Amino acid sequence: MTNNTTESTPLVKSGLAEMLKGGVIMDVVNAEQAIIAQDAGAVAVMALERVPADIRAQGGVARMSDPDLLDGIRAAVSIPVMAKVRIGHFVEAQVLQSLKVDFIDESEVLSPADYVNHIDKWNFDIPFVCGATNLGEALRRITEGAAMIRSKGEAGTGDVSEATKHIRTILGEIRALSSRSDDELFVAAKELQAPYALVKQVAREGKLPVVLFVAGGVATPADAAMMMQMGADGVFVGSGVFKSGNPVARAAAIVKATTFYNDADVIANASRGLGEAMVGINVSDLPAPHRLSERGW
Amino acid sequence: MRIGVLALQGDSREHLLLLEQLGVEGLAVRTDSDLSKVNALIIPGGESTTISKLLVNFDLMPQVRDFAKSKPVLGTCAGLILISDEVIGALPDQQLITGLPVKTERNAYGGQLNSFEASVSFADGTTENVAFIRAPRILDAGNCEILATHNQEPVAVKFQNLIGASFHPELTGATYLHKLFILLVEEHQS
Repeated sequence: MTNNTTESTPLVKSGLAEMLKGGVIMDVVNAEQAIIAQDAGAVAVMALERVPADIRAQGGVARMSDPDLLDGIRAAVSIPVMAKVRIGHFVEAQVLQSLKVDFIDESEVLSPADYVNHIDKWNFDIPFVCGATNLGEALRRITEGAAMIRSKGEAGTGDVSEATKHIRTILGEIRALSSRSDDELFVAAKELQAPYALVKQVAREGKLPVVLFVAGGVATPADAAMMMQMGADGVFVGSGVFKSGNPVARAAAIVKATTFYNDADVIANASRGLGEAMVGINVSDLPAPHRLSERGW
Repeated sequence: MRIGVLALQGDSREHLLLLEQLGVEGLAVRTDSDLSKVNALIIPGGESTTISKLLVNFDLMPQVRDFAKSKPVLGTCAGLILISDEVIGALPDQQLITGLPVKTERNAYGGQLNSFEASVSFADGTTENVAFIRAPRILDAGNCEILATHNQEPVAVKFQNLIGASFHPELTGATYLHKLFILLVEEHQS
């Protein structure tokens, strides 16, 4: 780049996430789905070989997608393309950076590559999004360089209850932190297992220093609007669109409900004529080892 | 004076905060009825492809086009793309608001890897640090007044009631572009 400029600063990385706010990011497995997502008004697509519902059903080790698949999807759309790497797999992340995807998701939906360490995301010019189930986890990911946080929910279930639990937990813990006095923040940092400076910043500003989306179980327009009303900056929809009866209509309806999240009349109309929602699995029926949200630490 | 910020998608909240900081009433605009309540409109950064699709899908494009014909509109980044008369790199069927007689290239500096922070210089010598994120580039500013440059290239321009900027002032707390826009709105009201 020419003089008088600095690339890939933290601001520039979190800035792209700021531009995604109020938007819906959809999982897609091929170019055709990516175009449906873009036409429906999705703000970005997550390129995958299998949506989480299929990863869950088929089992086996889930890894980064094939570069050819990513290239095909990137060529098909003009909105940003995200892709997932396994937790801790920094070489998969190097590969995605080499392929010039716009955003990397270090995701619990794939099989973890490292059960101790997450990726040192400061080593990369590409911004990262990471999952979190509570404030401490979110702050640890931000400390490692994440430019965006998404609450984890329980991917591939179509059951929104875990997404609700995680966004409520994160935002509730931020509110509780804001009410603490300065001399209580040192022990708050210890409890959250996060750096004091970051804990103090969140307490002072009353929000995370990066954008906070919701993921994992959003399947209907009302689900998306509920997440927005609770304070999410936007939503990820994984299996919810392309595992439903009418993906074209459902994708557009979820986008509309995300923009007009405070308008029940609009959400009601958007909920009409969508065909069947994804059948889904109740999270409470999942035996503990199969809960993806428990991956990551 | 009440300035609307198009809030279909993108960082409308940062623009509303900037307006509040400058002592101007702001309103998030999502519907025709919201639009009728404002004297001017800011089209924020976001994804230009997405905002364009949403303007069409939510039946708001004709009203916003009408608004931009006579009332002050500021477009930043995605907003600049949407008010440009000619855009290179947009989807073939992309609907634009148009009105600003410039030729703009979408993502002209490259993808996210080439996003950057930089200092821009305004005509009166003011400089501010701003962000260029998957930014568009003004290839031909036509008959527009150049408001700001970066490396001798135009990055903010004005034509009649319209201002377009390829950068994000709202992410770094830069206020000068918004002050110029508020002056334009005041001129239009008097």
